[in-house]
Amino acid sequence: MTRVPSWVWPIVVAGLVLAASRVVKNEYYMFAGYVVLQYVVLASAWNILGGYSGYVNFGSAAFFAIGAYGTVVLDKLWQPPLVVAIFLGGIVASLVGLVTAYLTLRLRGVFFAIATLALAIVLQTLVMNWDYVGGPLGYYCVRPDSIVGFPSYVNYLFVVMLALAVIAVLVARAIESSFIGRGLAAIRDNELAAECCGVPTLRLKVFATMVSGGLMGMAGAPFPYYITYLDPNSAFSFAYGINSIAMPLVGGMTRWIGPVIGAVLLAVIQQVATVTISSELNLMIVGGLLIGFITVAPNGIVGLFEQYGQQRHGRASP
Amino acid sequence: MILQAPLLEATSIRKRFGGFVALDAVDVTIRPGERVGLIGPNGSGKSTLVNCLSGAITNDTGTIRFDGRAIERLPAHHRTRLGIVRTFQMPLPFASMSVVGNLTIPLRFAARYRPGCSEGKNDFEQALLILEDVGLRDKAHASSAGLTQVEMRKLELARAVAARPKLLIADETMAGLSNAEVDEIISLLLKLNNQGVAIIMIEHIMRAVMAFSQRTIVLVAGKKIADDSPDVVMNDAEVVRAYLGE
Repeated sequence: MTRVPSWVWPIVVAGLVLAASRVVKNEYYMFAGYVVLQYVVLASAWNILGGYSGYVNFGSAAFFAIGAYGTVVLDKLWQPPLVVAIFLGGIVASLVGLVTAYLTLRLRGVFFAIATLALAIVLQTLVMNWDYVGGPLGYYCVRPDSIVGFPSYVNYLFVVMLALAVIAVLVARAIESSFIGRGLAAIRDNELAAECCGVPTLRLKVFATMVSGGLMGMAGAPFPYYITYLDPNSAFSFAYGINSIAMPLVGGMTRWIGPVIGAVLLAVIQQVATVTISSELNLMIVGGLLIGFITVAPNGIVGLFEQYGQQRHGRASP
Repeated sequence: MILQAPLLEATSIRKRFGGFVALDAVDVTIRPGERVGLIGPNGSGKSTLVNCLSGAITNDTGTIRFDGRAIERLPAHHRTRLGIVRTFQMPLPFASMSVVGNLTIPLRFAARYRPGCSEGKNDFEQALLILEDVGLRDKAHASSAGLTQVEMRKLELARAVAARPKLLIADETMAGLSNAEVDEIISLLLKLNNQGVAIIMIEHIMRAVMAFSQRTIVLVAGKKIADDSPDVVMNDAEVVRAYLGE
């Protein structure tokens, strides 16, 4: 059997999803699917720093909101194409990542996590008091007319987010299999030993924070058009911070596929729960799964499969 | 002995932690290929000195020159790339990686930055050769978290070798090992030294220090009180007093 390079799979899957989006007429699936894909981006992005290097970022919402509010500013200025907003949102978020990294990455463990949480709170306070983007009242974002070649603007947003998800997954995968990923894994195992083995630990951590933050910013950029009314509470929602940690943890943090599995699983469960049970129950389900996985399978679903594979392999060869 | 240009020249190194002076104007000179023992009672500043030389911490005052270059402000990974490589008192393996995986980190991140180190082989082949040398070849694909104590020490050494050191600082590589295992580690270090690597050995096991070092440096309370051949140092009145009391 010839081996298909693994980077092909995300593209194939995305192609199938794209084809399905053309067939499915019910727009609700686009709405729900958008959220799932958005979490694929956030979880994959979070995992580049948190999973590979072990630095837990509680401030995903901050990076996401930078992208979202970047779009609001652009929307007020000159309404550029969405792609431009995504690009700029990504750049600004990764620059914020750069500054955050330099200010906080000398803090290890829990202190770094607290610093990122503080970043989200500080930024939210700033936005609350920034009248230009609506302050606490929020901002109504009028969707542009539908885009040529797409049945509706929601469909367009869905496809854009699908493309972002593919980009995020391929970036995460490329980093994982490169020497940067090896260096980040060494940092996760033991930072001092890594530094003494020649790993430029600070530089790699800054790089990972920038890529991670940039992708989160890109995920946030289309959000104002998706939700059409953006206020600080929805942009800085607690759910982003929690989900982008929980999803890689449930899926498995050492492989790029882990956050994808976790994001699809948790986001679908949340979407289903929202319509069938209650929209308030979402985070409780996430909390329950999180506790379950931390105690039973700390290496996530991918870890469970690897364990099973090793056991089976172990039995086969005496 | 012919006097060569020193490989490492640390001059009046001072390091304070709050009000505590851990190192007080310590001078250390190492020539290429030399074997130096560094001894001293607990808390005398041996580890602080190692940390200052390797870059894990920065000395407050004083200069460190390595290979003719000022390095006292360089980060640790940069010093490793130049050829100052250390091992740790407590082995710190990359626990999520296999034994051979541990070695590919310094091969990729340190050795590759010095030309002429790879001998045309890829990192994996080089790692296997190094494991062969230290006797861990059959453990190459085992998880580094499941090694025995002596295997951990060997891995720690192998990982340092993989960074292609010019100066290896071995921080208590033998603590807690049996006599036979100590001999094994000493012979590994001697083999490495034969290949031209200068070695600073920090050790409490006097037998090892006497057998290994050509020169012994004694630190007491952050000061260097002796720096001479091992038998001269052992008969030094001040050293005897520091170790055995009045």
